[in-house]
Amino acid sequence: MADPMRIRARIEGDQCVVRVLIGHEMETGQRRDATGRLVPAWFIQRVTATTGGRVVFSASWGPAVSKNPVIQFSYAGARVGDRLQVTWVDTRGDRRTDEAVVSA
Amino acid sequence: MPEAGCRVAVIGASARRVARALVIAGIGLVTASAPARAQSPQDTAREIERYREAVADSSPGELWEIRGEDLWKTRRGPNKVSLEQCDLGEGPGVVAGALARLPRWFADAGRVMDLETRLLHCMVTLQGFEAAALQRQAFGSGEQRSDFEALSAWIAAESRGRTLVPPLDHPAEQAAWRLGRELFFVRGGTHDFACTTCHAQSGRRIRLQELPNLSRPEEARRVLVTWPAYRVSQGEMRTLQWRMNDCFRQQRFPDLVFGSDVSVALLSYLLNNARGAALAGPGVRR
Repeated sequence: MADPMRIRARIEGDQCVVRVLIGHEMETGQRRDATGRLVPAWFIQRVTATTGGRVVFSASWGPAVSKNPVIQFSYAGARVGDRLQVTWVDTRGDRRTDEAVVSA
Repeated sequence: MPEAGCRVAVIGASARRVARALVIAGIGLVTASAPARAQSPQDTAREIERYREAVADSSPGELWEIRGEDLWKTRRGPNKVSLEQCDLGEGPGVVAGALARLPRWFADAGRVMDLETRLLHCMVTLQGFEAAALQRQAFGSGEQRSDFEALSAWIAAESRGRTLVPPLDHPAEQAAWRLGRELFFVRGGTHDFACTTCHAQSGRRIRLQELPNLSRPEEARRVLVTWPAYRVSQGEMRTLQWRMNDCFRQQRFPDLVFGSDVSVALLSYLLNNARGAALAGPGVRR
């Protein structure tokens, strides 16, 4: 099972700044293992953040994003105590959703 | 949708791409701050430090800390018990600050142990795991993850800010320290290497990695307190036992056995050289 994400969401000025740390191997599909065989591609393809049913961030990723990626984004209109859900889906169809509460 | 207004940053580098990414990051930072003049070694070291700070904010090492706390508290192994009765030296189950007083003598085991050797001992005696099987999985690689790396990360985080003062009162602690100091200078192997071949001069680097003079307390303090550390180039949390093991490999020495007296002795010497420093692990290293 996938590791939980570490999500921090803090109000800075009129923006909510969100930092998400995701644990994932992010295999490109171009690396070979010790025996010379290709390690199959396995990476996160889609990341979405929603709050109150509103999508505030979404991304389509390819193999160029690093292992254990960190993303940062900001959005307007957040209030302290809002709940923010972040979801990722990878090439195996695995998905994980974690939630954070917006702090001051 | 508000997506269009998002500012996004993706930070990180993978084992597969890191060599080039690091060089680019290093050059980028250096030219940004000193475009007109040639870079001195001091500039480079400073810019590497800046890179490290940038990565440390939201270090992926946190993922290991979370898993380590979970591993400590979960009932596991043939005996189905947690590690919460494991005595890291400050009493059964006491984790906070434990790393600041290791390696140390453990009467119940009859030997001096560093953190990972002690964890191995607890996993065998309390949880009933087989020592050889644990030693084979001591270092993680991709999907095969090491419990030692996760536990070490969490325990280090619980000791952050504590002053490192490994005890040296017991004769066995003094013996381990003496053996470690001797080993540090022993030359051998196909390349006639010693630890001191790389770690006895100040201000030297290998590629972008500075090589600390580990017999000097100021330099030992700066380096030792950041272990265990998330290695960006490997995408793994690495521990001091791993560092000893990999230095042996690089020296073409025989394999260093995880948790062996030799590994503990080297760590006793190095950590005592760093005595008096505030622990700052888990850190982030190239």
